[in-house]
Amino acid sequence: MEQDIRLMKGNEAMAEAAIQAGIDAYFGYPITPQSEVPEYLSREMPSRGGVFLQAESEVASINMVYGAAGAGARVMTSSSSPGFSLMQEGVSYIACAQLPCLLVNVNRGGPGLGTIQPSQGDYFQATKGGGHGDYKLIVLAPSSVQEMADFVFLGFELAEKYRTPVLMLSDGAIGQMMEKVVFNHKPLPKTDKPWATTGKREGKHRSIITSLFIQPEVMEKVNIELNKKYAEITKNEVRLEEIQTEDAEYIIVAYGLSARISHKTVDLARAKGIKAGLVRPITLYPYPYDRIGELANKAKKMMTMELNAGQMMEDVRLAVNGKIPVGHYGRLGGIIPSPEEVLENFEKFIKE
Amino acid sequence: MSEEKEKIVEAPGCLTAEPDLEGYELVYEKPHTFTDVPMHYCPGCGHSTAHKILGEVIQELGIQNNIIGVAPVGCSVFAYDYLDIDWQEAAHGRATAVATGIKRIRPENYVFTYQGDGDLAAIGTAETIHCINRGENVTIIFINNGVYGMTSGQMAPTSLAGMKTTTSPYGRDIKTMGSPIKVSELIANLPGAFYVTRQAVHTANYVRKAKKAIMNGLRYQKLGLGTSFIEIVSNCPSNWKMTPLQTIDFINNEMLHYYPLGDVKLPSKEALDALAEIEKGEKK
Ligand SMILES: Cc1ncc(C[n+]2csc(CCOP(=O)(O)OP(=O)(O)O)c2C)c(N)n1
Ligand code: SF4
Ligand SMILES: [Mg+2]
Repeated sequence: MEQDIRLMKGNEAMAEAAIQAGIDAYFGYPITPQSEVPEYLSREMPSRGGVFLQAESEVASINMVYGAAGAGARVMTSSSSPGFSLMQEGVSYIACAQLPCLLVNVNRGGPGLGTIQPSQGDYFQATKGGGHGDYKLIVLAPSSVQEMADFVFLGFELAEKYRTPVLMLSDGAIGQMMEKVVFNHKPLPKTDKPWATTGKREGKHRSIITSLFIQPEVMEKVNIELNKKYAEITKNEVRLEEIQTEDAEYIIVAYGLSARISHKTVDLARAKGIKAGLVRPITLYPYPYDRIGELANKAKKMMTMELNAGQMMEDVRLAVNGKIPVGHYGRLGGIIPSPEEVLENFEKFIKE
Repeated sequence: MSEEKEKIVEAPGCLTAEPDLEGYELVYEKPHTFTDVPMHYCPGCGHSTAHKILGEVIQELGIQNNIIGVAPVGCSVFAYDYLDIDWQEAAHGRATAVATGIKRIRPENYVFTYQGDGDLAAIGTAETIHCINRGENVTIIFINNGVYGMTSGQMAPTSLAGMKTTTSPYGRDIKTMGSPIKVSELIANLPGAFYVTRQAVHTANYVRKAKKAIMNGLRYQKLGLGTSFIEIVSNCPSNWKMTPLQTIDFINNEMLHYYPLGDVKLPSKEALDALAEIEKGEKK
């Protein structure tokens, strides 16, 4: 069979995958470094089907997603850090109303207006809630252009399976860089959505999409139901990649772009005789606490490498639970360290 | 008063009791598009009247199974409890964005929003203007009661100059708090606005006119030529701190001076002819 192989930017690959995954609608607002997504979709969707709409803001985009998802559509939006912050109220509503959809944050440096360079500073926002109330998103962290395409399919599959919003947390580098990408995804079948607003059809129970449960007893029940779902997701959907962890004494934990850099660092360390390994969480929620905890039984030290001030380190510490020292190395403000720079600091950490 | 009539009035829990109506002529009943949930609106509140005519219109147009409503955040947040149709409850101010998402996915459905003045003209101003500017084929029902009813009477963008509210206790000073926004006039300038009218529901005559306006606003979705916008100048007895009767005087003497009733923008004759053709086809 002939393969569909293309050279594309991460953002474009994600947009192409979205069309191939059969999105009914995309709503978004331009922001660097993800503007290729609305540009690509505005070019392609008129001839290939589906609604493309450039909204007046990210606030409007996310609420259009709410409306369309509630009406049964396969729908997505994408943005970058400041824009994704603006969406948080809507994300909380979507999580509570249990609407499946795909959200993408191509993370740039912050806080504030920050910089348009890549960053992983939105880890807390992505994994610890972001908006108000007790809710979680399934968070997928691609580390290649290929994965930006693949995780569109995986994202919609999980979103529709669990009736929950899924976030793809990428960054400005993965979104902007060009790589080979293979499109050979299985088509995503449309799922049945009997809860969607379609007009109260004859004999059909009417549909009400809401996140308002004014009686505390009912609100508590909804929360319990949500948490049952999150427990189910935690049980079934943890994904991670391990590189040379079998005999590793010193492990780097890194996701997305940082994992690519750290992979190289591990190779360099091995060449110098250091028994190094890499754990790459693919799902940032649910987080691979159990596996990291298990690895801490054999390893001597763990270090996270992140393009932030050490946000994921807190999760690694939870996983390790005091068994071994956990450290962090990272650069901030959109600066990307080289594998050699990471190695230098990894070695320092090992000797400490 | 006849004996039977007394019996009905005295029936305990008369909201749910099934009175024996034999020998009576049915002169009034609630629309079949309503649920049996008792409304939570304060006595004399315009929201309930607006709901009632909306329910009647949906019944008379025969579109109960084909319409999706978007409820706001405000006193009418529970609109979906009362009208037996499909609904989505939107975040504060975002109803028109939600309606856009729904209508783009389901153009075959009638879609409307029902919003208060804080919701539509303060926190949701951007969504309102851009929805109408895109000419989304939806109907917006806008309840202008000059206050934030639900949160107990704070100043709204529509509060009249000098109006005392819980956050303008000395009266709205337009020098520092801005002037009340005439939303209908403002949005009528947008080419996407197809039909814009300002109505009221505090007298029987106004109720009839407002009902006709809502009916037209929904019918125009058959044309797909833009957004219909029906403003209803309403009241809030609880937060205006007036009896329902006093609110009628206040509307007549104050509100309607600043917010004159009537059509602000009407469809062209060609559009109305086209609608007549479509509806002729529907009858066949
Ligand atoms: C984001 C957000 N901000 C504030 C509120 C609080 N709030 C609820 S209703 C409301 C005002 C509603 O007033 P209006 O839209 O005029 O509707 P009314 O109750 O008068 O019909 C406010 C400020 C909220 N729910 N969400
Ligand atoms: S508070 Fe005002 S607007 Fe709300 S139900 Fe009562 S009277 Fe109506
Ligand atoms: Mg109001």
